[in-house]
Amino acid sequence: MEKFLKKRLFIVALCIMMSSVVFGQQVKVSGTITDASDGSALPGVNVVVKGTLTGTITDLNGAYSISAKPTDVLVFSFIGYIPQEITVGDQTKINVALKIETTKLDEVVVIGYGTIRKADATGSVKSVDLEHFNPGVVASPQDMIVGKMAGVQVVSGGGQPGASSTIRIRSGASLNASNDPLIVIDGVAVDNTGVSGMSNALSTINPNDIENYTVLKDASATAIYGSRASNGVIIITTKKGASGKNFTVSYNGNVSYSTPIKYTDVLSADEFKTFLNEKFPGNATLSLIGPYNTNWQKQIFKSVASHDHNLNFSGGVKNLPYRLSAGYTDQNGILKGGDMKRVTGAISLTPSLLNDHLKFDINAKGTHVDNTFANEGAIGAAISMDPTQPVYDYSSDYAGGFFFWRNANLTPNTLATSNPVSLLDLYHSTSKVNRLLGNIQTEYKVHWLPDLKIKLNLGLDRSNSDGIVTNVFNAPINYAAYTGLGKYEHYTQGRSNELLDFLLNYDKTIAGKHRLSLLGGYSWQHFRWWDKDLDTTGDGTKLISSTSHDTEYFLVSFFGRLNYVYNDKYSFTATLRDDGSSHFAKSNRWGLFPSAAFAWTISKEPFFNAGVVNNLKLRLGYGKTGQQDVAGDNYPYQGLYTYNTTGAYYQFGNAYYQTLRPSGYDVNIRWESTATYNVGFDYGLLNDRITGDIDAYYKYTTDLINNIPVPAGTNLSNYINTNVGNMENRGIELSINGKIITKKDLYWEVGFNATYQTSKIKKLLKVEDPNYDGVPKGGISGGVGNNIQIHSEGYAPYSFYVYQQVYDSNGKPIDGLYVDRNKDGGITSDDKYRFHSSAPDWFMGFSSMLKYKAWDFNINGRISLGNYVYNNIASNNGWYGYMVNTGYLTNTTKSMLDTQFSKAQYFSDYYIENASFLKIDNVSLGYNFKNVLNKLNLRAYLTCQNLLTVTKYSGLDPEVFNGIDNNLYPRPRIFMLGLSVTL
Amino acid sequence: MKSLFNKTITAVVIASMVVLTSCIKDLDTIPIDPNVVTSGTVYKDFANYKLVLAKCYAGLVLTGQQGPSGNADLSGLDEGFSQYMRELFYVQELTTDEAIIGWNDGSLRDYQEMDWSSANEFIAVMYSRIFYQITLCNEFISQTTESKVNGYGFTADQKAEIAKYRLEARFLRALSYYHAIDMFGNVPFVTEKDGVGSYLPKQITRPELFTYIETELKDIEGTLPAPGTNEYGRVDQAAAWMLLARLYLNSEVYGGGNHYNDVVTYVNKVISSNVFSLANTYTQMFMADNDQNYKAKGIIFAIPHDGKNIQTWGGTTFLIHASMVGTMNVADYGITSAWSGLRIKPSLVALFPDPADKRGQPLFYTSGQTLDITDMFTATNGYGSKKWSNMKSTGVAGSDPTYTDTDWPLFRLADAYLMYAEAYVRGATSATQANAVNYVNLVREKAYGGATGDITPADLTKPFILAERGREFWWEGYRRTDLIRFGLFTGGTYVWQWKGGAFAGVATDSRFNLLPIPDADRSANPNLTQNDGY
Repeated sequence: MEKFLKKRLFIVALCIMMSSVVFGQQVKVSGTITDASDGSALPGVNVVVKGTLTGTITDLNGAYSISAKPTDVLVFSFIGYIPQEITVGDQTKINVALKIETTKLDEVVVIGYGTIRKADATGSVKSVDLEHFNPGVVASPQDMIVGKMAGVQVVSGGGQPGASSTIRIRSGASLNASNDPLIVIDGVAVDNTGVSGMSNALSTINPNDIENYTVLKDASATAIYGSRASNGVIIITTKKGASGKNFTVSYNGNVSYSTPIKYTDVLSADEFKTFLNEKFPGNATLSLIGPYNTNWQKQIFKSVASHDHNLNFSGGVKNLPYRLSAGYTDQNGILKGGDMKRVTGAISLTPSLLNDHLKFDINAKGTHVDNTFANEGAIGAAISMDPTQPVYDYSSDYAGGFFFWRNANLTPNTLATSNPVSLLDLYHSTSKVNRLLGNIQTEYKVHWLPDLKIKLNLGLDRSNSDGIVTNVFNAPINYAAYTGLGKYEHYTQGRSNELLDFLLNYDKTIAGKHRLSLLGGYSWQHFRWWDKDLDTTGDGTKLISSTSHDTEYFLVSFFGRLNYVYNDKYSFTATLRDDGSSHFAKSNRWGLFPSAAFAWTISKEPFFNAGVVNNLKLRLGYGKTGQQDVAGDNYPYQGLYTYNTTGAYYQFGNAYYQTLRPSGYDVNIRWESTATYNVGFDYGLLNDRITGDIDAYYKYTTDLINNIPVPAGTNLSNYINTNVGNMENRGIELSINGKIITKKDLYWEVGFNATYQTSKIKKLLKVEDPNYDGVPKGGISGGVGNNIQIHSEGYAPYSFYVYQQVYDSNGKPIDGLYVDRNKDGGITSDDKYRFHSSAPDWFMGFSSMLKYKAWDFNINGRISLGNYVYNNIASNNGWYGYMVNTGYLTNTTKSMLDTQFSKAQYFSDYYIENASFLKIDNVSLGYNFKNVLNKLNLRAYLTCQNLLTVTKYSGLDPEVFNGIDNNLYPRPRIFMLGLSVTL
Repeated sequence: MKSLFNKTITAVVIASMVVLTSCIKDLDTIPIDPNVVTSGTVYKDFANYKLVLAKCYAGLVLTGQQGPSGNADLSGLDEGFSQYMRELFYVQELTTDEAIIGWNDGSLRDYQEMDWSSANEFIAVMYSRIFYQITLCNEFISQTTESKVNGYGFTADQKAEIAKYRLEARFLRALSYYHAIDMFGNVPFVTEKDGVGSYLPKQITRPELFTYIETELKDIEGTLPAPGTNEYGRVDQAAAWMLLARLYLNSEVYGGGNHYNDVVTYVNKVISSNVFSLANTYTQMFMADNDQNYKAKGIIFAIPHDGKNIQTWGGTTFLIHASMVGTMNVADYGITSAWSGLRIKPSLVALFPDPADKRGQPLFYTSGQTLDITDMFTATNGYGSKKWSNMKSTGVAGSDPTYTDTDWPLFRLADAYLMYAEAYVRGATSATQANAVNYVNLVREKAYGGATGDITPADLTKPFILAERGREFWWEGYRRTDLIRFGLFTGGTYVWQWKGGAFAGVATDSRFNLLPIPDADRSANPNLTQNDGY
């Protein structure tokens, strides 16, 4: 029957083709589009004549009507459904039943140095595509995936324009070396460290150019990247043109309005006056109290507008698919004076020659950024500045006529709080940053052996920055240091990263049941960075300092991967990478990183009874990865002598001699290595209406590259980078995505992911010492050299290390009274204890995507549980003992009224607060206008970022990556109105 | 066409293989920064020897390769805190009856409350600084052995010059070991023979270390340049004699037995060299131009500072800025900002009942300041000090308003005189009473501007010597050692404000006569036994 039908269709089609050749005339085609699952009509379906701009959409009853030639092919597409193409032929009525799109069999996922069929994947790999990115991201591409994946934490560094973020995949495996994941953009492994004058290395990439983020989490997926894979890998793929596609132009732009959400609670002018008069009656310094009522925070923060425009051209000329894009962003910061102007351009060419035997993938992205950085010192000053003083005092002789605290001789008092507005106005910091990131990938499918592909990837990532920081000539802030001359700083920096990958790829399917994929590769990478910094007084007459650096390192690697799939049921992957790094001495230079993984699609077994569960796949993986990044030191094994720079000479007779310093080193330094075990399930329920995965992992890192005290007298420093210590990380990750409603005019998809993770330092010293407290970490504001955190054996890294506060019967903390935990009768540093850490026990992300007819509505949010924050703003500003000083007054936070602390109690656990939170990161509402003027597709949307935070934390924002809340640039609430037009 | 293409591919593959082999050689990197030299090449150039020696000296004043901070020598604590003399000042002065500091930085207050533990980060950084200096000198000494230097083809003059540098490095190492024996007693022991690497040094006992320092200094004192003949900022025989005398004066504390006659031997060498004379004006030794005519100011060796070229957050920059408290006008001291830190304890004020002694009352800043220190963190509690200044004797400020020019005198002629007198009081048979009284009076006559403050032989007692040393050397980093030698540092015989953590002062345990070996080093080196009581 089916055969018969096919035959008939074929004959009919043949006739139509012939007739069309003869007549070639337009006919009117109409029909109804329905949902294949329930037969209901589908409105809003795109109906387009393939290869043309002619198209329409179905009406409320799912009906459409279009003019087409019999040779034309009609494309019926609708989000969430599998598109269909039907040749018109002699039909005038074409009814189509669209099927809901479930996981496609041929769907591929990106993995290291290639792609793999999703069904064959064995590792823990997650990706987020265009449709699921967080909306409204303009400057910081990493924000697009905040909360989107289990095990992936993205915490922005603050609310600055283009703010940097900390990305952690499965918490950090390293203690002292970098815990940043490896980022690969279109096949180029980039240098994580940014150039100065650019807040964030990723911010030079235009988010509008990004097509997909894929995160490799477990070792079986990452081990192919060997020595840089211990902290996970993020692969970013940008948009490309497609062959045979028509020329398309699209514009995407928005205007946004950023506004401060709240301010730190400080004493108002009245509260300030009242408190001082009660607490310090008769104190002569109180005569300094002024008659003004200045809200300093409102003086430095403002609501600002920003805008962003992007233009894309894409299409395919014969065998040359292309995409060109240009973007312009002007983003303003809420701290007065800061902004980022960015111009981006990207070209992607993917020509194919010799009958697809020779393919090129050419990418180039250029960026130019003009930054103006506001002086963030103003944020802290606005908290402690006396609210009874005015902003301006025109009787002063100093720049801008600002009020400032003076010494007896009327010069600025440099110990006193600086006028926050003057900090902004008398300070100028700008930078220009350029970046070019590009690569040419050549793939040759061997003529006599088409299963073999030879690939060559040549990549280059270069950036440079040029920045100037000026402190106006007589700004009070640096009056003392430069005798009123001000300061002028000029810095330049450059980064270069060159890459060569050579790959052999062999794919073969044998007897239909055995699918084999082999990869062999060689990679060479060269990193270099240099900088120069020249500081002079503002008038240029006096050199303050002059420094320069130039350094490089090389990585050379050999790697291979075997992927074998039997009967679409059993997949086996093994990888091996041999990495050489110039960071280490010859004897320790090479590191071998193997991995193996196995996946079993249980749901394909005959015994599997497909009821509710339609897909079930088990994944098991083990692998070893490494870390070769030695905290900025590219020659840690070599004995080196360094010349001094400015201000560090020594006097012999009447001459000043340069000095040459031998530096500490460890000849034996080598790789840090991490073993990861991973068990996971991928599942699909109700015919893939509900999909997701569950993973559990255990990571054990040995030979941590650590900066530890050396035995005194044995090395040319007191701390040295060496391999000592072990750490374990474990976690459970879960994700669930449900297409709850897939009706004709109503589509609702929700997603949820949750992560439980914990880290523990297992070993910290070469020699066992039960009395060893650990390595102090986490410098705070207040005092010099005070640390609030510690790395200790048996505890999480960066655990808070504090005294236990004693409270009175009313629950008020008693000033300076702590629990004598070791009961020796006195309070000494031995009474400190480890109390929580900044890492959350649980973090979760949730999202909802709702489409109703032409409307769409999205919500994305996160929950974090068990993360603690040291409220350094309160501990540093919440005590009254420093309010009255010689010649000036200082304001405090309101917490002082609660605690009534007279002295700073920096180390009280009172300030370690539970900062668990729920955040609605963004909400967006959009409307699609189809066929405007018969040509345009138009979408307008409204987005609000940072809509809501629910927390018990008393500071401004509970989300502080390192757990020390100290003058964080507040994240603004952003309202955005955007427009996308496609022609 | 196709075969041409295949050929091209083959060529590319072969080329890639060639590239690949050469790429592996890329892994043998050496620094490309012109400011960095490898240890393999640095000693081939004669000019570099003096620069490495300069670093050994600079270890006493600088904290890194960029002034005032940047590219630090040590890590773990704020760089400014890690400066040698600043740390030394904390240990030698804050713990005593002379000085108090008003900063609530970490465990800094433990010094003035005499209740420190082995976890104290300031003690750790002092210890690290001392051993950093020792390692630095060891590196230079091991690289300048005769056999190594002979291998580079230098001229005989150059070789002789290098040998001279080596002696000075040995002196600097002995100086740091002297600080180690004085503060920590029993410490890890390393010499140039041990090299740089990863190993666990053995601990040396205090008496053994005494013998080592004594032997080293005696070995070099004969061959160092004659007194006053070396360049300013470098040591000579007189410096070695002073250090030997100081070692001998304290030898009973260090477990080296009675060496008072040796004290006399070496101070006599300094005095009889006739190169140095006492400063006519006391304050000139602590001003921005104290390097001018230094021999006439009685300065035997001072650690150079310079506002332009030798910048640090420690040294006299720290000392002068931290001295600025209350309503003191910073401009009067040649600087532009006050750090509101250091004040004088009433027990030091009590040493100067006589306003005629120019070393005392005229140098106290009392306006708006209280005598008593009821709150250690209140900058107006306790008198301010005018002793250290960045003004030149000409009335002009130093070359920079922040980084001071004032050099830190480490050995002064007055100390030779007072050590002589003390050795006499303690029973040195080679000293005479007449000389002892005369030497004390020479010092006091400068302080009084005449003979009005002269003493008689009857005044020459142990308590007098201690008090006189307090008057002459206050806030110069001598006090803790002196109090320990006189048995008054710990215990309850002599208390001062905040000793033991109480306002009026209370008795303290005798373990505080030595600082503890820092926890960090005991964890790194299990060979180390903690000092008694910690």
